Amino acid sequence: MPIETAPGLEAGIMLSSILFCLGLAGLMMRRNVIFMLMCVEICTNAAALMFVVAGAHWGNVDGQVMFVFVVTLAAAEVAIALALVLQFYHRKHTVDIDQLNELRG
Amino acid sequence: MQGLLAWVPLLPLIGFLILVAIPLFHRSEPPQKFVACIGVGSVGLAALLTMIVAFTLFWKTPSELVNISLWQWMLVDNLQVGFNFHIDWLTIVMLLIITGVGFLIHLYSVGYMRDDMDFRRYFAYLNLFVCAMLILVLADNLVLLYLGWEGVGLCSYLLIGFWYKEPANGTAAQKAFIVTRIGDTAMAIGLFLLFYEFSTLNIQQLISVIDGQEVNTEIITLACLLLLGGAVGKSAQLPLQTWLPDAMAGPTPVSALIHAATMVTAGVYLIARMHPLYMLSEVAMNAVAFVGATTLLISGFSAIAQSDIKRVLAYSTISQIGYMFLALGVGAWSGAIFHLMTHAFFKALLFLSAGSVILSLHHEQNIFSMGGLYRKIPLTFICFTIGCACLAALPFTSGFYSKDHILLSAWEYHQGVNILWLAGILGALVTGVYSFRLLFLVFLGKEGTASTHCKDANTPVMSIPLCILAALALFGGLLAPPLQAVFGVRPDEDHSAWIEGVAIAMPLIGLAIAWRLFLHEQKSGEQRSPLMQFWFSGWGFDWLYGHLLVRPFKYLSQINHNDIIDSLYKGTAAVSRQMNALLSASQNGQVRWYLTSFAVGSILFLALLVAL
Repeated sequence: MPIETAPGLEAGIMLSSILFCLGLAGLMMRRNVIFMLMCVEICTNAAALMFVVAGAHWGNVDGQVMFVFVVTLAAAEVAIALALVLQFYHRKHTVDIDQLNELRG
Repeated sequence: MQGLLAWVPLLPLIGFLILVAIPLFHRSEPPQKFVACIGVGSVGLAALLTMIVAFTLFWKTPSELVNISLWQWMLVDNLQVGFNFHIDWLTIVMLLIITGVGFLIHLYSVGYMRDDMDFRRYFAYLNLFVCAMLILVLADNLVLLYLGWEGVGLCSYLLIGFWYKEPANGTAAQKAFIVTRIGDTAMAIGLFLLFYEFSTLNIQQLISVIDGQEVNTEIITLACLLLLGGAVGKSAQLPLQTWLPDAMAGPTPVSALIHAATMVTAGVYLIARMHPLYMLSEVAMNAVAFVGATTLLISGFSAIAQSDIKRVLAYSTISQIGYMFLALGVGAWSGAIFHLMTHAFFKALLFLSAGSVILSLHHEQNIFSMGGLYRKIPLTFICFTIGCACLAALPFTSGFYSKDHILLSAWEYHQGVNILWLAGILGALVTGVYSFRLLFLVFLGKEGTASTHCKDANTPVMSIPLCILAALALFGGLLAPPLQAVFGVRPDEDHSAWIEGVAIAMPLIGLAIAWRLFLHEQKSGEQRSPLMQFWFSGWGFDWLYGHLLVRPFKYLSQINHNDIIDSLYKGTAAVSRQMNALLSASQNGQVRWYLTSFAVGSILFLALLVAL
């Protein structure tokens, strides 16, 4: 069964780039760890979207397979990261990432 | 039997070790008697041993050589240095002087140092000195000799600064150490040169190598001059003589042992030991002779102007060693050693009697506040008179025989009137003047300020060594050492009577001059004529060296206070510190900062990829 080539490759790339930059900017600017985690999610999802767009463009299912992988990875990452955040809050009573700077030269 | 000789340097070493180790086992200071027994006993036993061996050797075969190998000291490529002793008659004579005179001085010290807090330390140093000096004369190679050479230098330093609480004494000790170090450096370079040329430092091998082949005279001359440098430093000859008068800061028996009888004659011993080398080099021989001749005159005149009893004796020591160098320079090897021996006797006697005077006057050393002491301390007076007579070489004293020998050799050397002989004769006159000036000022004439509360401090333990030394000084001239086997036999020449006459007359003229000038001199010694002031300062050598060397050195060290060379290394350290600070600033622990750098870096990298 021939897979229809999805229209708007350019639009897809644009969307995914904008999403990634938003996530990156948020990572660099936010100090709240929770928000930073959410920004990481945005970045991962931007990358995952790129896989899907590319897969659709070349009529290849690998892009969607990769998307499933990315989502799994994101889930695992969030699980670990939230545990770390809990520990962080437990010790410091804050979620400000700038307070976590003991390992400096 | 001869193997016993290895014990001769070992005994004082054991004595030293025991005395040093006492605080490890015993909390309080041991009684003086115990310390004296160890300190004096070790040297006494060594002296006894030496005499026994000397007598057996003498009766058996006077020319027999003995070598004692103890152990290998170092072995580097083809440099073999053994802890080996070589014994011939030169060694035996030196051994007898060191242990014999050393024993008498140790004995005397028991009395002299009886009130000193550091009795044990004193005898420990003295024993160590005797050990080092014995190694010096016993050594069969120049490296071992150098070990002893440095050892005696160390002990000299320790004993000059014995009363270290007085800063002046410490300064004098440092001066002695540093000035002799200049000579020692020259000597070390000489040793390197000899090893480089002949690839051995064993003295006997060296001599046979030189005998066996054509050698480069220039190298020999250079080596001889470098060794002479070492000898000049140790024996306080021109131009390194300035340390000896200051070395009188030490206890008087130390001055007697180290700075009159033994250590300062090490230079004479060295040159006599290396005489086959010197005989190959006319230049070196002349250098030795002229160093001796100038030194004996310069220090003789300096002695006339001194006001400290020990400084007079110090300058006279320099002058007498000048005679020995003169003898060495004209090839009268046995004459030099003979004078070394008699000088050891009478100078030890003079210093020990001077010590008695100083002790009796409660440590007064200015001869202008003495005078008229002959009634109060008659034994010391007699001993001092004998010493002065020998020093001035009055006929039939030991000093006369040895000095006469030297003067005749100087005469023969150039077959007639020559500058060396004239210097020797003039020196004899000067010697007469200063020795009898000293005698008159101290013992005759009117009583000085210090003489009034004079109390005879001689105890039997001090009187006995004085008497023995007096006998040796008087009759030591009959004990001409059998050195022909070492130095070869010199043909006897007939001399016209007037040469002998001059040699006999000169001290007597000196005596007359001293009688005329100084017997009734009551000057305080403070106001001096310019010439006397010049002589008093030892011909201004201290001033000269102070301006020529010490002040520029101090100036340079002031400039270099922060160590210019060091700034290179400091700079390296500073640069790496800066780099470290820079890099550690980037490790600030801020996650967002890392992320930003990461992002910026990626963008730059991608841009670079695209651009290329």
